[in-house]
Amino acid sequence: MYTFSNRLRIGSFIAMAVGLIFLAIGFVSAPSTPEEARAIVAASHDDHHGGGHAEEASHGAEEAHGAEAAHDEGHDASHDLHLLHQLQNRPWSALYVAAFFFFMISLGVLAFYAIQRAAQAGWSPILFRIMEGITAYLVPGGIIVFVILVLSVLHMNHMFVWMDADVVAHDKLLQGKAGYLNPTFFLVRAAIFLGGWIFYREYSRKLSLAQDASEDNSNFVKNFRWSAGFLVFYLVTESMMSWDWIMSVDPHWFSTLFGWYVFASMFVSGITVIALISIYLKSKGYLEQVNDSHIHDLAKFMFAISIFWTYLWFAQFMLIWYANIPEEVTYFVARFQDYKVPFFGMLVMNFIFPLLVLMNSDYKRVNWFVVMAGIVVLAGHYLDVFNMIMPATVGDQWHIGIPEIGGILFFGGLFVFWVFTALTKAPLQPKRNPFLEESRQFHY
Amino acid sequence: MASKVIQALYNDDDVLMHAVKKVRAEHHHIEEVYTPFPVHGLDKAMGLEDTRIAITSFMYGCLGLAVAITMMNYIMIDDWPQDIGGKPSFSYMANMPAFVPIMFEMTVFFAAHLMVITFYLRSRMWPFKKAENPDVRTTDDHFLMEVGVHDNEDELTALLWGTGAVEIKVTEKDS
Repeated sequence: MYTFSNRLRIGSFIAMAVGLIFLAIGFVSAPSTPEEARAIVAASHDDHHGGGHAEEASHGAEEAHGAEAAHDEGHDASHDLHLLHQLQNRPWSALYVAAFFFFMISLGVLAFYAIQRAAQAGWSPILFRIMEGITAYLVPGGIIVFVILVLSVLHMNHMFVWMDADVVAHDKLLQGKAGYLNPTFFLVRAAIFLGGWIFYREYSRKLSLAQDASEDNSNFVKNFRWSAGFLVFYLVTESMMSWDWIMSVDPHWFSTLFGWYVFASMFVSGITVIALISIYLKSKGYLEQVNDSHIHDLAKFMFAISIFWTYLWFAQFMLIWYANIPEEVTYFVARFQDYKVPFFGMLVMNFIFPLLVLMNSDYKRVNWFVVMAGIVVLAGHYLDVFNMIMPATVGDQWHIGIPEIGGILFFGGLFVFWVFTALTKAPLQPKRNPFLEESRQFHY
Repeated sequence: MASKVIQALYNDDDVLMHAVKKVRAEHHHIEEVYTPFPVHGLDKAMGLEDTRIAITSFMYGCLGLAVAITMMNYIMIDDWPQDIGGKPSFSYMANMPAFVPIMFEMTVFFAAHLMVITFYLRSRMWPFKKAENPDVRTTDDHFLMEVGVHDNEDELTALLWGTGAVEIKVTEKDS
C-alpha cells in the first residue's frame, strides 16, 4: 500500500492555496467598465512598449476610422466594449485552460488504460493501478469543467460568444449553427460525455479491484468488454467534446481533424503523466517490479505520440495555410500575429525536443531523461491548450501572468492531491490479472 | 590461410544458447553460429557488440533533410522564384510549409535506403554472392556452432559433446 508522503500533501495544499489567491487577484483586477479597460491597456502600453507602439496603433486606428468617419463614435464604443470583454475574459480563460488541461490528462490516461485493456497488452497490467489513480481526477476535474461551462451559459463571462443571444441575433452564421450550438443542448451533451466517461472509469475500477479478490477471470473478461465498448463511445464523444468545449470558442471557424488533434494532445500528456508518476513512485521504493523496460515502453509512447500530435498539428495547419481560404485562415492569422512565441514555442517543446531527446533507445531507459522530456512535453501541451482557447477569448491581451500561473498551481495541486490520495486506496499492484506475470517479467 | 575448425550441430535453440554460454565460460573463441532463424538473446550470449546501424541511419536522415532543403531552396527560391498560385516564394521560411512533405519524405528515403545499403555492405551481401553455408541443414532445422581449433581437438570435442551437440565434425576452412 502506498502512503501519501506528507511533504507532497502539504506541497499540493500550498499550490492550491497560492493558486486560489492568484486566481482571485486575477478576477479582482479585471476591469468592470470600458474606461477601466482602456486605462489598463494604455498603462501597459506605456510601461512596456514606450511611445512607438502606441503611435503605430493609433495611426492604424486613424486610417480605419477615416473610412468610416460617420460611425466614429459608435465604433470607438464597440471597440472599448470588445477590449473590456477580452480583459474580463482573461481570468476566466486562465481558469478554464488550466481546468481543462488537468482534466484532459486524466481523460487521456483513461483512453490509454482502456486501450491497454482492450488490446490485452502484456506489459502494462503492472501499471494499471497508477492509471486508475490518475483517472480518479476525472470526477472532480470533470465537475469543475462542467461548472465553468454552466457559468459561461449563465453569462458570467464572454468566453463562448455564441452563448450571447444579442450576438447570435446579428450573426447569420451563428443562427445557422444554433441547432447544435445552443446552451441547453450544449450542457446536455457535456453531461452525457462526462457521465459516460466517469461511469466507465468507476465501473472499470470496481471490476479491476474485484478481479483481485475473485476466484476466476470473469471480472477481467467483463472489464475487457466494457473497455472495448468505452473506446467506441470515447472516440465519438471526445471528438464532439473538442467541438463543444474548445472549437466553439471560435464559432466562425471549423476544422475536421480537430477532435483527433485534441485527442493526440491529451493522449501524449496522459502517457507522460503515467511515466512521471511511475518514476516518482519507483524512486520512493513503491514499485519494485516496475523495471526500466516499462519506462522504456512509456517513453516510446511519449515519443511516438508526440510525433503523432505534430503530424496532426501540421496536417491541420498546412491544409489551411496552403488553401488560404479567408474563413478558415483567420484562425491561424490571429495566432501568427499575436501568439508567435507560444505558438512556435509549443512546436519546439512538443516536437523537436522530444524528437531529439527520446530518439535514442538508451536514453529512454534513463529515468531523469524521461522526466526532463516529460516536463517539457507537459508544459508544451499546456501551451497547446492555451493557444486553442486564448486567441478567441482574450485576443491580443494575453500574458502568462498571475491568473494563468494561479490556474496551473491550483489545478496542479488539486490534481496531485486527488491522484495520490486515490493511489493510497488500493495496493499499487494488481494481484490476479491474467497478464500480471508477463508484465512482471516484461523485458525489452 | 587454412585453419581447422570444429563444427557442432544442435537441433534446439535452447540447447544452443546453453552451449554458447558454456563454451564462452571455458574461454574458447566462437568463430560463428549459424541458425535458421533469429535466436533471441544469442548476440548477448556470444558477447557481440551492439550494432551502430541506427546511428548511421540518423546521419543519413540528416543528410536527406539537408538535400531536400538545399534542393527546394535552390529550385523554388534562388533559381526561379515564380509566383505559383500566390505562394510566397520570397524566402525559404515564407514558403516552408509547402516543402515539408518533401523534406519529410527525403529524410525517410535517405535514412531507409542508405541504411539498407550500409547493412548489405557491412554484412557482405550481394546478388550472385556464393553462399557461406557449412551445412545445408542450418537453414532448416539445425543450429551450428563453429569453434576454432588450436591443437586442442580432443578437449573441444569432449566439451561440445557435453553441451548436447547431436553431431560434431572437424574440417579445414579457407578464410
